[in-house]
Amino acid sequence: MGVTALRTENLSKRYGRLLAVDDLTLDVAAGEVFGFLGPNGAGKSTTVHMLTTLLPPTAGSATVAGHDIVEAGPAVRDAIGVALQEAALDPLLTAREHMRLQAGMHGIKKDEARRRGDELIERVGLANAADRRVAGYSGGMKRRLDLALALVHAPRVLFLDEPTTGLDVQSRTALWEQVANLAAEHGVTVFLTTQYLEEADNLADRVGIIDRGELVAEGTPEALKAEIGRPTVEAAPADPDDRDRLAGVLGRFGAPTQAAPGAFAVRLADGVDELAAIVRALDGEGIRIGQLDLHAPSLDDVFLAKTGRRLEGDAGGAEEVTEVAA
Amino acid sequence: MSTTLTQVHHLAGRSVMRVVRQPALIVPSLLFPLILLAVNASGLETATEIPGFPTDSYITFALAFAFMQGAMFATLGAGQSLAEDVQRGFFNRLQLTPLRGWAMLAGQLAGVVVLGLVQAIVYLSVGLLAGAEMEAGPLGVVVLVALSVLISLAFGALGLLVALRSGSGEAVQGMFPLFFILLFLSSASLPRELIANDWFQAITDWNPVSYMIEGMRSLFIDGWDAEALALGFGLAGILLVVALAAASAALKERMVRT
Repeated sequence: MGVTALRTENLSKRYGRLLAVDDLTLDVAAGEVFGFLGPNGAGKSTTVHMLTTLLPPTAGSATVAGHDIVEAGPAVRDAIGVALQEAALDPLLTAREHMRLQAGMHGIKKDEARRRGDELIERVGLANAADRRVAGYSGGMKRRLDLALALVHAPRVLFLDEPTTGLDVQSRTALWEQVANLAAEHGVTVFLTTQYLEEADNLADRVGIIDRGELVAEGTPEALKAEIGRPTVEAAPADPDDRDRLAGVLGRFGAPTQAAPGAFAVRLADGVDELAAIVRALDGEGIRIGQLDLHAPSLDDVFLAKTGRRLEGDAGGAEEVTEVAA
Repeated sequence: MSTTLTQVHHLAGRSVMRVVRQPALIVPSLLFPLILLAVNASGLETATEIPGFPTDSYITFALAFAFMQGAMFATLGAGQSLAEDVQRGFFNRLQLTPLRGWAMLAGQLAGVVVLGLVQAIVYLSVGLLAGAEMEAGPLGVVVLVALSVLISLAFGALGLLVALRSGSGEAVQGMFPLFFILLFLSSASLPRELIANDWFQAITDWNPVSYMIEGMRSLFIDGWDAEALALGFGLAGILLVVALAAASAALKERMVRT
């Protein structure tokens, strides 16, 4: 640890008038799982495409595994494993054939290729489907094969671009487990993009939050949440007519915001201790409480605090801007 | 084996496997030319009575036409496969490995060779069974297969070019009708000297497809015609070199990796 696996300095990508990635400066330590979190169109995939040498940056610089992404493309590609968003597989080939092909492209000798291929297929739980054509695979199986393929040449840095987007909860959890295990066992640095808070929270040692091309926050999930620090109380009156009075009472503790329909939320300045004071105050005003929730700060709160918007439930944004996807 | 040769070997294997596993790609390329051959052979048999027609067996004359159509199917096979790779992102997967550009093209063309060989064997077997003659004998068969595979490679390279320029399977398919116009405006159905219509004859004189067909046809009808063979091999070779050079340039543009 401590050694830098990936570093960007003022990395930018411009498409015409659109600044897809804006002055990104990042450090990822070797062995770390870094979660790059942001909504659709935030610039996550564009960043990954630049770092994996598929897209030349407009400005700034970056090194991956010590190699400059512009000056030393081949050295970077040798050192990285990549699973891009589309899980690009050939539907006519089997998992084993994919493995053989991928190993062959990296110049791995036949016997070694077979051994590694079988081992990785086993590790991602595809042993039973290894000789079936990929056309019949589920979304989760394809992502797992993609992950295994990315590891065949024992890369030092692994890029996973939204590895679980479009997967059901079960497949998602299974993939998380595999990424975590593989990262730990192989000692690879993982650069993972996601639009799921839970994914970043679960997998990442450190998180960078990107919005509209800009890095808005960076740190461990715990540190980021601690920075926001304060839990939120969400309250709804039993009688809807009491709504305004309830908002007035909450206003004594902070700036109330509209939460769920008919409910208001306020961020507690002095932590959980204030909860009792809120309950007493509401009681004192004779407002009957219909519902009262205490939310510990989440990465979503971090995102809200940094951007003024919520990350989840806001996934209908613009498509990720990238030209290499075609 | 060097790394690059290993890469070509693996990509060639994949390309052949893709051909074998897509019957929808092979069957039409085998059946369609044979059906057209049957229709032509029965309908145009009387053409052999035209004074100056080089043979009295129309099927002997028309068999080269089937080979030429088969070669044009190679465009579809190679081009669509590469376009699908681009669309599906498989191209990016390959780009992220130490793969060399020319190895990628060579690998894709390997499938063309295999399909070309299968086609040649089927057309020739059916043709000979149906009464076609091979004047140049067994060695002529070898030369015929070599020429037809070379023509397939040339058209396959053209398919790769369109796939790389457009990145779209539809664009590759869109070339197919154009090829058929080229085919029908050639000496495919009649010898050039017997085409009565002046503009038609002029076009067939300028159409390189005429000479590719005549090169193959000369083996069936005349035996060893050095000029016809030289023109056939020469033009197919030129088309292959030009198409490959253009495809390499297109590949360079598409491979944006640093």
